[in-house]
Amino acid sequence: MNNMGILSVREVVKDFSGHRALNNVSMDVPRTSIYGLLGPNGAGKTTLLRIINQITAPDAGTIIFEGHPIGRDDTALIGYLPEERGLYKKMKVGEQALYLAQLKGLSKHDAMQRLKPWFEKFEMGSWWGKKVEELSKGMAQKVQFVTTVIHEPTLLIFDEPFSGFDPINVNLLKQEILEMRKNGATIIFSTHNMASVEELCDHITLINEAETLLQGEINDIREKYRTSKYRVVFTGDPDRLSRGLQKQFTLEGLEKNGTGQQATITIREGAKSDDLIRNLLEITEIKAFYEVLPSMNDIFIQAVTEHE
Amino acid sequence: MSKTSLIIKREYLTRIRKKSFLIMSILGPFIFAAYVLIPMYFATLEDKEEKTVVVIDESTLFTEYGPEGPHCVLPETEYLKFKIIEGVPLESYQAGFDATGYYAVLFIPQNILASESSILYSTRQISMDVSGHIRSAMEQELEHLKLAAHDIHNIEEILAEVETSVNVRNIKWTKAGEAEESNTGVVMGVGYMGGLLTFFFIFFFGSQVMRGVIEEKTSRIIEVIVSSVRPFQLMMGKIIGVGLTGLTQFAIWIVFSILLIAGIGTAFFPELTRTPTEQVVASDLFSPGAVTPDPGTTGEPAEIAGNAGGDAEEQAMGTEAGIPEAGGGKITGDEMGLAGEIFASLRTIDPVVMILSFLFYFIFGYLLYAAMFAVVGSAVDNETDTQQLIWPVILPLILAIYVMISAINNPDGSLAFWFSLIPFTSPMVMMVRIPFGVPWWQVALSASLLVATFLGMTWVAGKVYRTGILMYGKKTSYREIWKWLRYSS
Repeated sequence: MNNMGILSVREVVKDFSGHRALNNVSMDVPRTSIYGLLGPNGAGKTTLLRIINQITAPDAGTIIFEGHPIGRDDTALIGYLPEERGLYKKMKVGEQALYLAQLKGLSKHDAMQRLKPWFEKFEMGSWWGKKVEELSKGMAQKVQFVTTVIHEPTLLIFDEPFSGFDPINVNLLKQEILEMRKNGATIIFSTHNMASVEELCDHITLINEAETLLQGEINDIREKYRTSKYRVVFTGDPDRLSRGLQKQFTLEGLEKNGTGQQATITIREGAKSDDLIRNLLEITEIKAFYEVLPSMNDIFIQAVTEHE
Repeated sequence: MSKTSLIIKREYLTRIRKKSFLIMSILGPFIFAAYVLIPMYFATLEDKEEKTVVVIDESTLFTEYGPEGPHCVLPETEYLKFKIIEGVPLESYQAGFDATGYYAVLFIPQNILASESSILYSTRQISMDVSGHIRSAMEQELEHLKLAAHDIHNIEEILAEVETSVNVRNIKWTKAGEAEESNTGVVMGVGYMGGLLTFFFIFFFGSQVMRGVIEEKTSRIIEVIVSSVRPFQLMMGKIIGVGLTGLTQFAIWIVFSILLIAGIGTAFFPELTRTPTEQVVASDLFSPGAVTPDPGTTGEPAEIAGNAGGDAEEQAMGTEAGIPEAGGGKITGDEMGLAGEIFASLRTIDPVVMILSFLFYFIFGYLLYAAMFAVVGSAVDNETDTQQLIWPVILPLILAIYVMISAINNPDGSLAFWFSLIPFTSPMVMMVRIPFGVPWWQVALSASLLVATFLGMTWVAGKVYRTGILMYGKKTSYREIWKWLRYSS
């Protein structure tokens, strides 16, 4: 048993009438991590989340939550914001929030106590007696978020968390999510839009066509996929730069933009970035120098290509 | 509070607070009354257009010659007149008949006594009323003529004396040896109402379950809910919540209807506010030995037989005595008698058995069908898509209504028997049979089949529902549903 992990998915298989949605997928989610479940549309992410939430059952494999096979009582410890979200349109906001909180096992009194500060914090106090259909989309999303976290779950699962939210709400949500992690919650993000979560996640699983492609700590993965590519922003003669580069460095590209000129340079195996800086100092004036890290998108594409 | 009861509470409260619930609660009794009264009204509507039928009477048996010329002996009604026309051949009417303004031509051949047939000619379809009236009038006239041919002295008086109308009263002996008055019509009516109410309830509130499921799907809240509760809990919570809403609505209707009837009764028929027993006594139709309005009176069979002879006289006197009394009020002795008879007939139905079996079939019938309605709701994205899937659910309901109507006339027939066992029709068909008395083993068998099917259907529905609620954008067929049924749970 993994004492560290809050959730462990073990060799899960799920078939839908001849089509395999998940094929032997496993993943371990460390406690208080922000875990990214990444992959293109149709890869099987939502199916996996539904299995974790016990909405659908796997054909094979197990889900271990807090060291035991997951059961009905555990739903009170999980908060799930599904990709397809919605509320009862004709029901009043406050009543609905109370109802959903009670379904998660809170007493009416506790639910009331906890909802109040959230409604104040999100400036939703005046919405309490309104019907959901009277709210704007952004307002309804806030309500939805509050109902997802109101029971203070230890595991929070967000499917496509930021799709449909406006940038202001996205920031608000990110802050709240980070705050919850600080308080001990574990978060799973699932998305096909890898750029939207890569700065938040510390662990990821990449799935494609029902299979796990790549898994682990995001820094390790980046390390594995680093390209030894550097970018330098400089002032001076670009010809001088290209002529003055030592053999172990290759100029990949030169471009000019608002901040000045920039060059992309790869270094041959064995060479060090320090050597490149020394070399550059002799031939140009460096304004900025940084390593070009592969984006999750790049890594994903590369992983898929390698896999094939 | 358990999760299922939370769901039940939400379903119940949101529905009860709807404006449509309030409106239906008020309008329901009126709609139901209209449902009963409007066909009655149409049935009593007579054709108010005056029709004149030309009679060509070759036999001359139907023609009388008065000072104003020939006229027809057939009795006329307010809207149906006869006109004898002589010397005009039938053929001359054929062309351009509409222009004459006559309704029809009745041709009576010379040999009508032997052939016993006549012909009605018209350019339009002759109504049943008119041809029925003419036929019976001619039959009566010919019977009279034939009798007259026998040349019997004072035939008119004899005929008047012979004319009889018999009132057959049904007395049912109970096992305990009591005698009870029963009117088959009333017993039929009670069963029919029970079956019909069950049908309406299933249909109306079953489709509300379906609409509720679709609403949860289209608003996309379903996935949020089923991450907190089992889909089965959600389905059952909805079914029970809607069912309770329906029961509340029915209770309101019953209270309203009673108030409505009582109100109308006090306003227009003050006599009706007397207790049924008072009415029976007042109408003086029933001798205490023959019927038992008082459960304490046990009529010995011999006593009834003895009383039966004297009854006719008593009854005749009672009716006559009742008329002057009724003159003051608005109720005639006959109506009083009917009220008493209905009351007495209702007594033959054991109210405890009736109410218990009604509740049982009503509730389990609803539960069985509601599960099926929930399945249809879970399989579609919007209400218009339900149309092709709903047929297997609606069809047995409609079949049940047809069988029910036939079972009223023959409650112990094999059709009624089999369909009162089949769980998909038994809630309605058995309701019709129960007031007539059904062997206990049949009720027990039918009831256990219904409960077993309900359990099985709910289990199946739960499996299909669980998959269906998460499916979007697919046109669902029953083949697809069959596949869902086999997904692992």
